[in-house]
Amino acid sequence: MRTRPEEVLAAIREQKYTYRQKLQVLAGLAENLLDEPALGPEAAAALEARIICDMYEGHAPYRARYILPDYALALRKGSDFLELPPATDLDEALAHLLIMYSNVPSITGFPVYFGDLDSLLLPYVGPAIDDETLHRKLRLFWISLDRMFPDAFAHTNLSPVYNRVARTILQLERELLQVVPNISLKVHPTLTSDEYLLDAINTVFANGKPHFINDDLMQHDLGEHYAAVSCYNSLKVGGGSHTLSRLNLKQSVLAHHGDVDAWFASTLPHHVELTGELMASRIRFLVEESHFFDSSWLAREGLISLDRFSAMFGIFGLAEAVNLLMERSGRSGTYGHDEEADALSYRITSSIAQLVAELPLPYCAGNNGHAFLHSQSGIDLDLDVTAGTRIPIGSEPPLLRHLQTVSRHHRFFQSGVSDILHFDDMAVRNPEAIVDIIRGAFASQMRDFTFNLNSNDFIRITGYMVRKSDLAKLPAARHSSTFLGAGSVENSHVTDRALKRVVSHESSPVAGL
Amino acid sequence: MSHHQSLVSDFLPFTWVDGPGNRLVIFFQGCNFDCLACHNPQTIPLQSVAAHTWTVEDVLQRVRTSMPFIRGITVSGGEATLQWPFLVELFTRIKQDEEFAHLTTFIDSNGHVEPAVWEALLPVTDGVMLDLKAVDGTLHTELTGHSNALVLDSIRYLAAAGKLYETRLMLAPDRNDSDEQLRTTAQWLLGVDPLMRVKINHFHAHGTRSPASNWAEADEARRQRNRQVLLEAGVQYLC
Repeated sequence: MRTRPEEVLAAIREQKYTYRQKLQVLAGLAENLLDEPALGPEAAAALEARIICDMYEGHAPYRARYILPDYALALRKGSDFLELPPATDLDEALAHLLIMYSNVPSITGFPVYFGDLDSLLLPYVGPAIDDETLHRKLRLFWISLDRMFPDAFAHTNLSPVYNRVARTILQLERELLQVVPNISLKVHPTLTSDEYLLDAINTVFANGKPHFINDDLMQHDLGEHYAAVSCYNSLKVGGGSHTLSRLNLKQSVLAHHGDVDAWFASTLPHHVELTGELMASRIRFLVEESHFFDSSWLAREGLISLDRFSAMFGIFGLAEAVNLLMERSGRSGTYGHDEEADALSYRITSSIAQLVAELPLPYCAGNNGHAFLHSQSGIDLDLDVTAGTRIPIGSEPPLLRHLQTVSRHHRFFQSGVSDILHFDDMAVRNPEAIVDIIRGAFASQMRDFTFNLNSNDFIRITGYMVRKSDLAKLPAARHSSTFLGAGSVENSHVTDRALKRVVSHESSPVAGL
Repeated sequence: MSHHQSLVSDFLPFTWVDGPGNRLVIFFQGCNFDCLACHNPQTIPLQSVAAHTWTVEDVLQRVRTSMPFIRGITVSGGEATLQWPFLVELFTRIKQDEEFAHLTTFIDSNGHVEPAVWEALLPVTDGVMLDLKAVDGTLHTELTGHSNALVLDSIRYLAAAGKLYETRLMLAPDRNDSDEQLRTTAQWLLGVDPLMRVKINHFHAHGTRSPASNWAEADEARRQRNRQVLLEAGVQYLC
């Protein structure tokens, strides 16, 4: 939709935004004065009908959606653009990182990746730095992250081996209870100790972070240098994702006239192709028109390179698609509760995985000219449709069945898949049980594992955190993502789930975030 | 080859309250106590139309489904040890079969068990969670219908064998939770093992029969008081 002048005035008059949030909204409105990158009539119609969706990224992409700079390289060799020499001690490393973050774009306007902060900082934490000093320095840094980059999609990773920095970070997380940064812990079957997992699990009890990710599976799909950014988006470090477009499987089935086999044979491949057309058009604009990779200091200094970029092909509404297709076959079984329905769900995701693996896309050398498949966890406007490949909120089966159902999808989604499990407070008395479940989940080829407890102040939206106490403070909030969270709470069923909590979101066309 | 069958009331693929970590738990049918406060009274009779007859292989099939998410299995009840020959066969199979050997085997018991039964079970059992309703013999008989002599013997025996994982105290307000009773209990337990792991299970009326269904449940202040008394009496590992 093209921007109308009254929207600009409304944004300027809006009192719930901070100055910076207002700038961001105005930039989105200015971008949307332009026409969207050209599409053929069928793709344009599918976009209009929201069978395919551009995530409201904006009409004229001028920065890649997710960017994962190689901060380790930047700390080692310094930056000409930022006039920084190589970092030689912890103080310099922390200062240089903050300086770099403030010069890293992404779809949110803030960096979505802070680096794997424990392994980035370890080389600068020698025996001369005692625990108290480390804690004090990191504490100020941690507060700076939350105050300078107030967006819950800003994400750091922790490496698989327990170390002093990781331990201090988890301790700070429990002390500070901040929204930023979002955190993923890379869990390796042998390198990651139970002690480390227990420390992390106890941190989740306090503030809902970190997520746990399957290091073996990620390395298999993305190589050694990867990270999870924003929420559940696993990509190559030194690269990233140009764009994320998504296919609404529910709408795809509703738009189909015919039987199940015909949907697989014609409608689904057609919609995958139209999604690809949307992505290709946006990628071309970013690379060829906006010249992002020709002009960014990150590319010039080798902290990112185009050949490590790809794009993300998202799907959502699998549950509704399965249930609708079952109905069409005269069957009553539903996803997560019926063997036949589950088998159909695997047929859908494996078919899409194959179609996407064969779909050629420009400037996607990071995945051999193809997109990475992504189970998209929703945006705050999604109504009556379930995020990604999740089982609908409120109808989740018992935990074992839940894990068995969803884990079989995870291997297809190299760039991430979110299934949020909600555990009751009994977990606090037996955190070892969570260790067992995480290890079991990853041995069963689950990729991303997130759980929540009902008792802390944080509410998890799609993969990012919002404080319940901040939601109560709306309309004025310091974190941009809090507004998105509020939309999700109203539009989905976040607050009325029985045991396991799940929700959706990523970008809202109104706020342009 | 399975020689024994057993009567199973129910099972859970995952449990977080029946021993260390995430476990599969099997509730056997039949109990030799008749506790007033039992919250699963349907498992007390030795026979029940609702129970299922399982072989060792039937159990292992469920275990396979829960792997690799569990670190072990727990047998509970009813009173699982009543079916001890079956347990010996099941646990032996788990310990000997490479597929299951990484799993730990735990028993949740009321402790009314002959030493000879423990002798048969312990070589293939990693730990026992044992309920102690009361140290006082008269009160114990009132609450369970039986003397606690064998229960106390079991606690001593298992602790000496290094197989007592924890002792569980079911506490019901004004029945067995006075400060004096808790101090006596703590003293007796710590006399057996100064580092005894003790877990409080507060009484819940849900599922119980009359008259226990009318008993009061402990409020938060009472729970805190119970904990405080046990801690002050020297219990170091209180769950």
